[in-house]
Amino acid sequence: MNTQPDAVAISNAVIKGDLKAQDIVSSCIEAIAKRNPELNCFTATFTERAISQAEQIDFQAAKGNHPGIFAGVPFAVKNLFDVARVTTLAGSKINSKNPPAAEDATAIARLKQAGAILVGTLNMDEYAYGFVTENSHYGVTVNPHDKTRISGGSSGGSAAAVAAGLVPITLGSDTNGSIRVPAALCGVYGFKPTYGDLSRAGTFLFSSSLDCIGPFARSVRDIAAVYDVIHGYDDRDPICSKRSPEMCLPELYKGIEGLRIAVADEYFTTGAEPEALEAVEIVAQALGVQQRVSLPESHRARAAAYIITAAEGANLHLQRLRSRLEDFDPATRDRFLAGALIPASWYAQAQRFRRWYRDLLREVFQQVDIILAPTTPCVAPPIGQKTIVIAGEEIPVRPNLGRFTQPLSFIGLPVLSFPVKLPGKLPLGVQIVAAPYNEVLILRVAKALEKQLD
Amino acid sequence: MTDKKIDWTDYVKQTAQLLKLNLDPEHLPGVVDNFTKIEEIASLITEFDLPEEIEAAPKFEP
Repeated sequence: MNTQPDAVAISNAVIKGDLKAQDIVSSCIEAIAKRNPELNCFTATFTERAISQAEQIDFQAAKGNHPGIFAGVPFAVKNLFDVARVTTLAGSKINSKNPPAAEDATAIARLKQAGAILVGTLNMDEYAYGFVTENSHYGVTVNPHDKTRISGGSSGGSAAAVAAGLVPITLGSDTNGSIRVPAALCGVYGFKPTYGDLSRAGTFLFSSSLDCIGPFARSVRDIAAVYDVIHGYDDRDPICSKRSPEMCLPELYKGIEGLRIAVADEYFTTGAEPEALEAVEIVAQALGVQQRVSLPESHRARAAAYIITAAEGANLHLQRLRSRLEDFDPATRDRFLAGALIPASWYAQAQRFRRWYRDLLREVFQQVDIILAPTTPCVAPPIGQKTIVIAGEEIPVRPNLGRFTQPLSFIGLPVLSFPVKLPGKLPLGVQIVAAPYNEVLILRVAKALEKQLD
Repeated sequence: MTDKKIDWTDYVKQTAQLLKLNLDPEHLPGVVDNFTKIEEIASLITEFDLPEEIEAAPKFEP
């Protein structure tokens, strides 16, 4: 699945005149039409406007102008991103009657400015509440590696579309692991940068204290290039960072010499299938890492993230829970309702614990630069499966797929899920984690690994 | 730590009423089940002894 050219290669070919953007987009739309009935990644495609943008790109390239780093590269977004003149679904039936969005989400606008061509929107769990993309309104997005299994979620369509080779890059969102989990289960790169680093303007939020957006791709350089294009201050997102952007692409090949890398111990080595831990060891070995590091109280960090998500998500949807209850996906309805009933003190305690846990991990990052941890505790479970047996214990699928992702996003750390694919086995992911705003370090490590393990 | 004396069904019904949420009796068991799980999870943080000076970040800076 990794033999197709990545986005940067496609763009280079368009700029050189070896490929026409119109041909790329046409064959992309054709492939989606052919394969989407089976995969169910896309909930909408924009043929006409994509072709029209491709014509513009070809015109610019023919004139010798540089149409941007993503010239002619097709991309797609989770359907919680605003697309101008399209209704933003956020995986729901309720929102389908909303008026169309007035303008593109900031991330889409910036990618389009760089020459990328939006070809469609992608399936997700309703209102991003889930790790499975089994959506009762829009169907299940299946895993391209095994169509009897889930793609993961909530950005399942975003991960599966890249894994299936339908588009080289997509965007998703991550509150508790919704980029990293599907990326791991579908065997692609999924990047959740530091909280506040990429503008969320024009996306339908879930839990504002935790929500981030980020890219999926088949190569590290594509992840770096998307990040470089999207990041930068945006006054449309109240939590968007004003820090000067640090470009990742020029730093990618600087290697890992001198970096202090350690494997997360204790919490991050329990409650997982042996193969998930083996994936971490494979990565550690490739990097020559021996050191272990403890992240104490991570189980409480996960609990606090759960409470914040449940309370904020329910509050966001309270009016809809009052007036449109019957139109919610049964898979999210009872969870939202229960979240609405959380006492304020529990929520406040979770927010205070967040500060405490952040301070603790700041100390850890005095000792190490990079931490490695499993992304999911297991490979993609079969569609419809409610429980999984891990380490002899039967536990529910939906919440536990985020066991290792939740404590890290809880305090806004940047994390890349690095795909580990062993012959004859389903893919898994390893989280490469750094201190806030150290995206460059993460991608340098990933680049070194990609060279060794791909 | 679940307090066995608390009737969660009653709590769910009463609080839902306070929030003007019309719970269908059919949905009640699912909501109670979810809330009971939330309570168990919340105990991990409510039982944790946080120093008094730790305040929530008013604007969260990671």
